[in-house]
Amino acid sequence: MRSRPDLIEHLPRLRRYARALTGDVARADDLVQDTLERALAKLDLWQPGSDLRAWLFTLMHNLFVNQLRTRRPQDTALDEALDIPVSGGQMEALAARDIHAALARLPEEQREAILLVGLEQFSYAEAAQVLGVPVGTVMSRLARARERMRQMLAGEPAVQLKVVK
Amino acid sequence: MTNPVREDDLHAYVDGALPEARRLEVEAWLAAHPEDAARVRAWAAQDQALHAAFDAVLNEPLPIDLVRAARRKPARMPYKVVAAALAFVASGLVGYGIGLRADQPAPAPLHFARDAAIAHAVFSPEVRHPVEVDATHAAHLVSWLSKRIGTQLKAPDFGALGFELLGGRLLAGESGPVAQFMYQDAGGRRVTLYVRRAVAGNRETAFRHATENGVEVFYWIDHDFGYALSGQIARADMQRLGDAAYLQLTGKAAAAN
Repeated sequence: MRSRPDLIEHLPRLRRYARALTGDVARADDLVQDTLERALAKLDLWQPGSDLRAWLFTLMHNLFVNQLRTRRPQDTALDEALDIPVSGGQMEALAARDIHAALARLPEEQREAILLVGLEQFSYAEAAQVLGVPVGTVMSRLARARERMRQMLAGEPAVQLKVVK
Repeated sequence: MTNPVREDDLHAYVDGALPEARRLEVEAWLAAHPEDAARVRAWAAQDQALHAAFDAVLNEPLPIDLVRAARRKPARMPYKVVAAALAFVASGLVGYGIGLRADQPAPAPLHFARDAAIAHAVFSPEVRHPVEVDATHAAHLVSWLSKRIGTQLKAPDFGALGFELLGGRLLAGESGPVAQFMYQDAGGRRVTLYVRRAVAGNRETAFRHATENGVEVFYWIDHDFGYALSGQIARADMQRLGDAAYLQLTGKAAAAN
């Protein structure tokens, strides 16, 4: 009988990612909870020796995507229509609330890309595995996410971003 | 310039994903293309802002429901789950344990070693933000953590063993704050020293060793403070580092293994 891997040590990172992804404490922990349940149910499918963390993030991604499918589409259309002027960057002074607001307004697939690479420090190949897409797709989502964030964060004060959202 | 620099190269530069030769080429390109340089700076600032906004989640005590969910066995023995939950509440730092023997709660010093091992497992894989304060501000780091922990800390010097101080961070704990110092060698291997006030009634322990989920931990309690050195490296190397830490921090040679 093979030993069961310990999921506890992965909880802090799963929670960090879920928090950033959903922008909501309760919803994030629900997502982590669902991920753990799914993981325990499917533990036989995990290959010992392979990256448990990447596998858990993959499960979380799949659950997140399924949740989105069953929800009403959010304000994507409005988001796409926004044309925020680009000005010189005072990026260094970014406040946390600006980041929260900007993240919330990224399309989900771009949000996932920037969080997996920029926050969770997955390699491009690992992020591609988690998201189930080719590396080139990760790169293009990441590029769009970063440029979009740059425009949002350079152009408008956070207060207005929040109003729009 | 051999290959023209493309958008992907700029991202890979920010993400530290370029081979050294290419990295230098991109750096030269950026020096000559201020608009690209500004974009690269902005992207890097986004990553920093993401960490500033969300890294605190790593330090939060884990919700009990999640600990339960992570520990749930495929079937039966609910009393173990309950015992694990109680141990979770009782234990110190981030308040959770690995490899918990639920029906037989570990004595406090073992809790301590386990908490240290978890803190090691959580933070040592961080590639770009393993520490809150880096070692270039070592004096500030030590005095800041000393003040928060409530005793004069000392970051041991492992230079002779090939490990340099990378920096440190303050962790939130239910029984008070915890200091974590991180060291790294030339091969990128990391060890962490974890210091917190000991639970009452555990004034002193000898120099001890434990293995927690593949993490080697050498720990001891000295004058109300617990110290644990954790690493996922060969036990013999850990032993040398542990001996050095114990000698430097207590002034005594490590007697036990």
